[in-house]
Amino acid sequence: MNVVSSHAIVISNTESIPGRNIVEFYGVVTGNTVRAKHVGRDIMAGLKNIVGGELKGYTELLQDSRKEATNRMIEQAKSMGANAVVNVRFATSSISQGAAELFAYGTAVRVS
Amino acid sequence: MENLSLFFNFGLPLIVLMVAYFIGSAIEKKHFANIREREDQLHGFPVVSFDTMPDDWNASSSDMVTGSIVISLDYFKRVIAGLRGLIGGRIKTYEPLLERARREALLRMTESARTQGYDAIFNVRLETSRLANATRDGKGTAGVEMLAFGTAVKLKGRSG
Repeated sequence: MNVVSSHAIVISNTESIPGRNIVEFYGVVTGNTVRAKHVGRDIMAGLKNIVGGELKGYTELLQDSRKEATNRMIEQAKSMGANAVVNVRFATSSISQGAAELFAYGTAVRVS
Repeated sequence: MENLSLFFNFGLPLIVLMVAYFIGSAIEKKHFANIREREDQLHGFPVVSFDTMPDDWNASSSDMVTGSIVISLDYFKRVIAGLRGLIGGRIKTYEPLLERARREALLRMTESARTQGYDAIFNVRLETSRLANATRDGKGTAGVEMLAFGTAVKLKGRSG
């Protein structure tokens, strides 16, 4: 998830967009996704788990999921007519064995 | 026959423990060397946790950047940590794991900002989350996810 934002929408985890002024607030926008593990990846991760180190399959899975959640948040902001999302936060919660919810939220605004 | 069951009950886990110890330590050493090398390359790239930009930064554009890693402890260290859990106290085997995960996440964030042509990152935040299916006896996946994110900016009229 190197580039999380799509065109026309600027996102930031600060309270404002650097160098721009906020002219209108639209309220909180959210995006979430619930993902289950892949069996193949889980077997590989299980083996990797013996020697330790990075579990690449999981890293990618969570990156993709977070990108998806962020994109949903951006879509919601776009539909409101915003051109930026500020104060973006991420949250992760495991809702059951082997499934996790990834959640992104922020405040949709219009910047000049 | 008795010898065989003795081997499967005690010998095999011991061999796995030893293999996990040696390979796990080697992986950790290599990872730390890699982290140090990449940190040296990024020397001078400002990454700060202030929530507002320093006054002399004049941003022309910005975007959010992230970096993350899922990492797990080797079997040997998990067993040691499990034993430590019985008597309490400092679990030294977990400390380097979290440290290298955090540094790796920060590095990935910084590298992604640099390849996108940004000059600095501010308001850096770090988050840790545990993956669900780890069990206390050292089985299951004991993964920890480390996430670093911040706001990358392109600066104008500022050198160094």
